Amino acid sequence: MIRVVLPTPLRRLADVGREIEIQVEGQLTVSTVLDALEARYPMLRGTIRDHVTKQRRPFIRFFACGEDLSHDPPDTPLPDPVVRGAEPLLIVGAIAGG
Amino acid sequence: MSKVRVLVGTHKGAFILTSDGKRQQWDVQGPLFAGWELYHLKGSPADPDRLYASQTSGWFGQVIQRSDDGGKTWETPGGGLEKTPDGMPRGESNKFVYEGEVGTHQWYDGTQHPWEFKRVWYLEPSLTDPDIVYAGVEDAALFRSTDGGVTWQEFPSLRSAKGNLWQPGAGGMCLHTVLQDPDDSNRLFVAISAAGAFRTDDSGATWKPVNRGLKTEYELPDPNTEVGHCVHNIAMHPSRPDVLFMQKHWDVMRSDDAGESWHEISGDLPSDFGFPIAVHAHEPDTIYVVPIKSDSEHYPPDGKLRVYRSRTGGNEWQALTKGLPQKDCYVNVLRSAMAIDSLEPCGVYFGTTGGQVYASADSGDSWTPIVRDLPAVFSVEVQTIP
Repeated sequence: MIRVVLPTPLRRLADVGREIEIQVEGQLTVSTVLDALEARYPMLRGTIRDHVTKQRRPFIRFFACGEDLSHDPPDTPLPDPVVRGAEPLLIVGAIAGG
Repeated sequence: MSKVRVLVGTHKGAFILTSDGKRQQWDVQGPLFAGWELYHLKGSPADPDRLYASQTSGWFGQVIQRSDDGGKTWETPGGGLEKTPDGMPRGESNKFVYEGEVGTHQWYDGTQHPWEFKRVWYLEPSLTDPDIVYAGVEDAALFRSTDGGVTWQEFPSLRSAKGNLWQPGAGGMCLHTVLQDPDDSNRLFVAISAAGAFRTDDSGATWKPVNRGLKTEYELPDPNTEVGHCVHNIAMHPSRPDVLFMQKHWDVMRSDDAGESWHEISGDLPSDFGFPIAVHAHEPDTIYVVPIKSDSEHYPPDGKLRVYRSRTGGNEWQALTKGLPQKDCYVNVLRSAMAIDSLEPCGVYFGTTGGQVYASADSGDSWTPIVRDLPAVFSVEVQTIP
């Protein structure tokens, strides 16, 4: 199981807590985690990446293990601690609020 | 006894204000969808418990919300785990994808710029079917859902009506108004900033600009151009759908032939700049506007918040001031932030960028604030519930 932390507005939208666990089939990448996340929580479609192009929304970032994964190709394998469930994948709203 | 339900969209959430037919005591519910921008909420005329809301964010994009119990509970249509026959999630309620060639429109500097979906500005539920709802979006286009907001399809031919000449206004290039002709289900009107008004007579298959008589001096190279006008709002009375009233960027206008031609009715207004325009529920020639000083000074002239009412279909206007601040008031009233209920006498409501929602239970003669300190109000709609 992959651990994913959502930003607060998306937790409210999906009616989940701070951290959720997602079952992901096959290789573990940002792209496959988002596929699984959107399948489990369809209301999140379009809120993290574009419906069609799958491009990350400009004010969304992906962090894990103290690293910024936002600009890696979305099919890059996730760090091993995320794969093992030791660390979460953080989906973060950019600091642009004030 | 009848009651009214006022749906308020703000910069940081939605609020629902309810009262009985006297409209003196109000219950305030909210904030709903706290922290998100609520551009518009509107109820179905066919089922007053069916509400639609446009929830949007610069971070997280567009979300459509729907309520089937008058706003007590909400859901994202198709947002659950319902599956299609091939096992894929059905939820596409937030998916607004332009049909066919995306194309380009004019940018602020006159160059061409590709269409990019940003948000839903306006939701117009069908007059007869609660599951049919129209969505006016930025960048300007019209979408329709026939399944209660689960999926959305564009009317691409609208963008063929010289869309390459449309350009964004200060708020973006938005389709902000949709009017349905109650006598002809094939006829719709839409208004776009800054493109103008458009009409379809064949249920959206084809569209034509209906802007003859509009004049935009100084801001357009040809002041009488067919498209490019910054129309802020249009309104009609359901008993007389060929008569349209328009608040343009500058100028208040009227058409008596379903938009084929327009003439100015600004008359003795202190300023003919403004955003909303609305029609009395029972008097088709009584209309309301809120004059704003200018396109750069978005507040009332002289710091006095005044609604102006014409009982003659325009040209002669009366200032309505009782209960409204008459000094040091520098708020704005946005294009979708005025609404009329259908009680007798009809109620008039408007919201301000300062967070006040004012109500008049006597057709505008006097006003009281329902709430004073909401986030900036984007939209106000009202439902009259038997």
